[in-house]
Amino acid sequence: MQVTSSVREPLITGGKTLKDVTHDVSRQVEGKPTLGWILGLLVAVGTLLLGSLALVATLWEGIGMWGLNKTIGWAWDITNFVWWVGIGHAGTLISAVLLLFRQKWRMAINRAAEAMTIFAVICAAMFPVIHMGRPWLGAYWALPLPNTFGSLWVNFNSPLLWDVFAISTYFSVSLVFWYIGLIPDFATIRDRATGLRKTIYGALSFGWDGAAKTWSRYESVALILAGLATPLVLSVHTIVSFDFATSVIPGWHTTIFPPYFVAGAIFSGFAMVLTLMIITRKVFKLEDYITIGHIELMNIVIIITGSIVGIAYITEFFIAWYSGVAAEQYAFMNRAFGPYAWAYWSMMTCNVISPQLFWFKKIRTSIVATFALSIVVNIGMWFERFVIIVTSLHRDYLPSSWAMFYPTLSDVGVYLFTFGLFFTLFLLFAKFFPVINMAEVKSIVKSSSEKVNK
Amino acid sequence: MKENNKTYWKGLEQLTNDPEFVKNADREFPEHLPSSNGEDGGPSRRDFLKLMGFSLAAASLAACEAPVRKAIPYVNKPVDINPSIPNYYASTFASGGDYASIVVKTREGRPIKIDGNELSPINGKGVSAIVEASVLSLYDKERLAAPYVNGEKSDWATLDAQVKSKLAAAGSIKIITNTVISPSTEKALSQFAETFGGAEVITYDPVSSYGITKAAETSYGAAVLPTYKFDQAKVIVSFGADFLGTWISPIEFARQYAKGRKISKEKPEMSRHFQFESNLSLTGSNADYRTPIKASASGLAVLSLYNAIAKKAGAASFNATAVEVAHLDKAANELWANRGASIVVSGSNDPNVQIVINAINDLLGNNGITVDFSTPSFFRKGDDAKMNQFVADLNAGRVGGVVFFNCNPVYDFAKGAELAAGIAKAKVSIATNSTMDETASAVQLVAPDNHFLESWNDFNPRKGEYSLAQPTISPLFDTRQAQESLLVWAGSESNYYDFLQENWKSSLFASQSELSDFQQFWDQSLFNGVYSDNSESTSISGVADASAAAAAISRTYKADNAGTELVIYTKIGIGNGTFANNPWLQEMSDPISKATWDNYLTVSQKWANENGLKMFEGATQKAKLTIGDKSVIVPVLVQPGQAIGTVGLALGYGRTKAGRVANGVGVNAYELLDSSKGFVNFDITEGVSIELTSDKYKIAQTQTHQTYMGRNFVVQESILPEYKEDAFAGRYQPKIYKEGEFVKPSKISLWKGHQYSQHHWGLAIDMNSCIGCGACTVACQVENNVAVVGKQEVLNRREMAWIRIDRYYSSDAEVGDNDGLEIASENPEVVFQPMMCQHCNNAPCETVCPVAATTHSSEGLNQMTYNRCIGTRYCANNCPYKVRRFNWFKYHDNKDFSTVNVAQNDDLGKMVLNPDVTVRSRGVIEKCSMCVQRIQAGKLTAKREARKVQDGEITTACATACPTDAIVFGDMNDTGSKIYATLKIQEETLSATKEVNEERAYHVLEEVNVNPNVWYFTKIRNKDKSEA
Repeated sequence: MQVTSSVREPLITGGKTLKDVTHDVSRQVEGKPTLGWILGLLVAVGTLLLGSLALVATLWEGIGMWGLNKTIGWAWDITNFVWWVGIGHAGTLISAVLLLFRQKWRMAINRAAEAMTIFAVICAAMFPVIHMGRPWLGAYWALPLPNTFGSLWVNFNSPLLWDVFAISTYFSVSLVFWYIGLIPDFATIRDRATGLRKTIYGALSFGWDGAAKTWSRYESVALILAGLATPLVLSVHTIVSFDFATSVIPGWHTTIFPPYFVAGAIFSGFAMVLTLMIITRKVFKLEDYITIGHIELMNIVIIITGSIVGIAYITEFFIAWYSGVAAEQYAFMNRAFGPYAWAYWSMMTCNVISPQLFWFKKIRTSIVATFALSIVVNIGMWFERFVIIVTSLHRDYLPSSWAMFYPTLSDVGVYLFTFGLFFTLFLLFAKFFPVINMAEVKSIVKSSSEKVNK
Repeated sequence: MKENNKTYWKGLEQLTNDPEFVKNADREFPEHLPSSNGEDGGPSRRDFLKLMGFSLAAASLAACEAPVRKAIPYVNKPVDINPSIPNYYASTFASGGDYASIVVKTREGRPIKIDGNELSPINGKGVSAIVEASVLSLYDKERLAAPYVNGEKSDWATLDAQVKSKLAAAGSIKIITNTVISPSTEKALSQFAETFGGAEVITYDPVSSYGITKAAETSYGAAVLPTYKFDQAKVIVSFGADFLGTWISPIEFARQYAKGRKISKEKPEMSRHFQFESNLSLTGSNADYRTPIKASASGLAVLSLYNAIAKKAGAASFNATAVEVAHLDKAANELWANRGASIVVSGSNDPNVQIVINAINDLLGNNGITVDFSTPSFFRKGDDAKMNQFVADLNAGRVGGVVFFNCNPVYDFAKGAELAAGIAKAKVSIATNSTMDETASAVQLVAPDNHFLESWNDFNPRKGEYSLAQPTISPLFDTRQAQESLLVWAGSESNYYDFLQENWKSSLFASQSELSDFQQFWDQSLFNGVYSDNSESTSISGVADASAAAAAISRTYKADNAGTELVIYTKIGIGNGTFANNPWLQEMSDPISKATWDNYLTVSQKWANENGLKMFEGATQKAKLTIGDKSVIVPVLVQPGQAIGTVGLALGYGRTKAGRVANGVGVNAYELLDSSKGFVNFDITEGVSIELTSDKYKIAQTQTHQTYMGRNFVVQESILPEYKEDAFAGRYQPKIYKEGEFVKPSKISLWKGHQYSQHHWGLAIDMNSCIGCGACTVACQVENNVAVVGKQEVLNRREMAWIRIDRYYSSDAEVGDNDGLEIASENPEVVFQPMMCQHCNNAPCETVCPVAATTHSSEGLNQMTYNRCIGTRYCANNCPYKVRRFNWFKYHDNKDFSTVNVAQNDDLGKMVLNPDVTVRSRGVIEKCSMCVQRIQAGKLTAKREARKVQDGEITTACATACPTDAIVFGDMNDTGSKIYATLKIQEETLSATKEVNEERAYHVLEEVNVNPNVWYFTKIRNKDKSEA
């Protein structure tokens, strides 16, 4: 009953059979680690250790190790937090929203994208904890736990508390969704494996038996989780944006933030997925599964979200002018022409101008250009958060308190730490977990792979 | 019910009353448990475990260091000391001629806070930053703990024997001292001098006013300072006299000045203030008309003022080179129009200039009214000429013995280096200094004095005004009051306390008739701290003849000096450098430059442009300042208002032996002073050259943005003529559109609004009265245990001040020109705005804290619960006033901060901490609490006495310290309170939103509608309309 479209490009190239799929994906897990992977892991762990020096120094001495001051209470910490959360958007969007929209091209990339989401959220979640003055208390005082402090409860008015709920919900749903999807693939590996590996993957596959009823339940759960996760994609960054939007600081107090942040998050998330997938498909020779078609589709998403973000930037300026509020107007003029103009124009160049290059088919189907631009976009998105946070704070209402922020080695080191953590986790994932959802990809092999039909 | 009486058995055994069962019936385990006891009665497994457990626990407990508890309860409780109840003692602060009558707060026997003495006719309840901070010097562990003989620690008996024997054989003996305003000390000095063959007492002042006393001697025949009455002057003209900041008796003058500057609709009049000066001083920054002039022309400016007034008075004028000085004619006209109600003062130390000033005041009929020589003041008695002679004598070997009586001329006299070299030539040299400072370390014998809070003393700062100092703590170290040392060396048997009392008995007690019992008289004087003697004032007659002086001025001053001129000044925090080792003063933000921990060369913007210097965020370059053969390398600070062609440098820095805090901070400007003309000249007008070096440097400023960017929602100001027309002049009254009309922002709110059924605390701050002196900032630091963080952390913009004084310069640019507005005018208008937590009723910080660590009290306070704070800093970010401070590091008990934050690091320093205020830990936010501990204490007292809290009974540290009463604290729910009347609160309401009728009162950032409990009053300058 499979129908091959004569118009659509096949989603999987190279005439793969079901067996090929299993083999291509499982061989990464089963084979010896490649030299490239080992070197990559060494670099990642090295970065992690180097960064941990800064992390330990911060935890030991205090937040004073960073470049923050009386005027600028957040800078790299929350910039990094928002940046990582933003990156963590793509995975769920791809697997949940595109599942609901029956976009089959997602199947080749959703596994890795979801893994990236989870690791990015782990990196992100680190910042709200370590940026606290007293993380040893804050780590649990920020939770609404019954306690013996009297009737002391958390402050439900605080957007930071909403963050706690938003991030933890998003993380747990993403984790469950990702893991449920992994179960059939773990079972596949288990079935091919012997010895210790069989035991481990056996345990990880939760006794998957491949029965029709099991598959049916699996499909239902995936659909339900996708339904749960979809609003989360919108809610997480909406709530993160509330940290700023509900404040009274010019440049933060902006109602456009929720949609603008969500668009920005998808924008940066897709860019990060591209960065990682381009490397993964090359290293693991998965070009037939993650095709130029995938890359092009993702680049189109980047043009759209990048343009939304660009419009948001311009709207902010318009509203600042239209509001007639002097402090608000100054905040935006200062962004573009003040001491941090370089950050603002870096952001504008990376986020608004550079994605427009994807209008050219040649560029959006070029691996090299896509890879370069995906990194540029993520640099731009980091600057976006930096611009919002630092340039708004550094010159707010009373000129007497205006100050500059200069990052310290510890600021850089903690950021490095999260990079180390992210890539260590991703490399471990890439080696020990099936990077492509075999079970799902097999469902489109018939419709998309010419060899099967012939 | 019968059924319920059934008997249930545990088993068949119970029913049958089995003897075996009965025996074990009350045991938990009827069966024999094999492990309960060894068969043979020996130790069982359980015993073994018990023993092992005990020994492990015992061993590990023994390994732990038992905490040392330093708080010991009283075995015999002193009668007056109740734990947690403070005692207050009237006393006196005096350092040389710097004087303040004070009230010392002690807790459990420790002095912890100094306030002004309300009964004092001189300083009233006001204090200065230095007076506030001086309590920390008591707990300076670098104070000498024993007498020193030839650099070795010794004991008093040895020292006394040596002093007596050596002085007896020394020959010519000189006693060097700063101004002594204590009659008993003077008597002790003369007794000592007599004993040693008429030893000579030579007085000098680090910041000399010799010019005034010398001029008074020439003009009126008495070498004294007059009593100035700025409150009675409608027109004030000052030539470089920083009378609000550092000149002679600034607390007193600030207090007087503020009286003339307070305006209201009922009294829309204020004094007009002209200032002609080179450096931008605190006084100049408060002036209505300020003209920057070169120091070399200042004498001629005074002379032209004289001539202008003489012309009006019909008196003879003097020949003088004409100088173009803006506003000078205007000043002359207004002075003449307000004859007898005006005042002309000069900060010059040149007697000739001061003679002309006397002549001007004579012409204006001010003498005896605003400048009163018949009630002389004694704040400065220094004689520069004698001191110069002494240095010459010392170096020539004509001095046999020298006693430095609590003075440090090696550091703070112009010829300090020469003097240091000469000390060795004297047979015996003695110092009574309490630290091993520059002078003490150069002498043979050091007899360390007590701290003034450990001492008895009396003072006579002005004719007819007396005050007493009493010890508020036993001497902490093995020190002895210097006066007592003098008496001992003079062979007197009585101690200084008896000596002092005897003195009062024979003079003051004898001359009064109100009280017949001396003890009663003494107790009353001691309780009040001050005593006024109503003796007749001796009228000083004669009109100053200035012709000789005018001729001298014409010779020495030039109208067109092309060279660069250096004007040496003193800063409010560090003053003459005596208290430089006090970190509270070092970290006090200078009212004008906002710099801490440094002195620097202040240069004009023009000079900076010419030399290609651009200052950003305190980053600057060093310059080499050369005067004759002396040169120093000093950082440069661009100072708006600096007269073109002049530079300024502050005294009090560059200490080498002050202690760990001050050593090596800044450069010593005393070395640059010129004493070649017979007086110490602070204006170096010849031979000054400056060369900008390429060395980079950072000056730690607490505020780096100079202007208020035309933001009328922050600073609202106007001029007097406008105010007279419309009391709302200068007000920015934002209105927001709502349902067809424009309404006040407070009419639109998300919040229901608090209701305060009891008190509603608030502050009203008059920007017209605030002179920016910064006494409040130090008072707050002392009261609230605010940490000192040191220069590097100030550079990192992390000072902890709970109250700061925002200083804004005017700009020439138009509103909208953002770049232009950042640049201050060449001669800017200055506005000071004290800024602390505004205790918003719709507080943005309260809503964002995730753990509710900052909450609103039922009395309108925004409260910070340190224990609950997890340090997200969200509140600080969301504070529109940026008044929240984060503990970036652990500032207490941390060796990294031990040299700067002495009050929270060493055991001695910690004695100054206010036990009612928590020392904050690392990682928490802190901020102004509106002195909640004082509010609580006041409420408790009222409750104990079963009455309502009375207005004025509770007040904040900042309001208490303010010499100009610019800050009013009170209960806005209390219709009888001062704040209620000041703000003219519209109606009696318990609501948090109080509508006020006072036209000048406004909220900073009213349009944000955070609804603060702190109100500001517009700044009104007394300028004419055409020139505003």
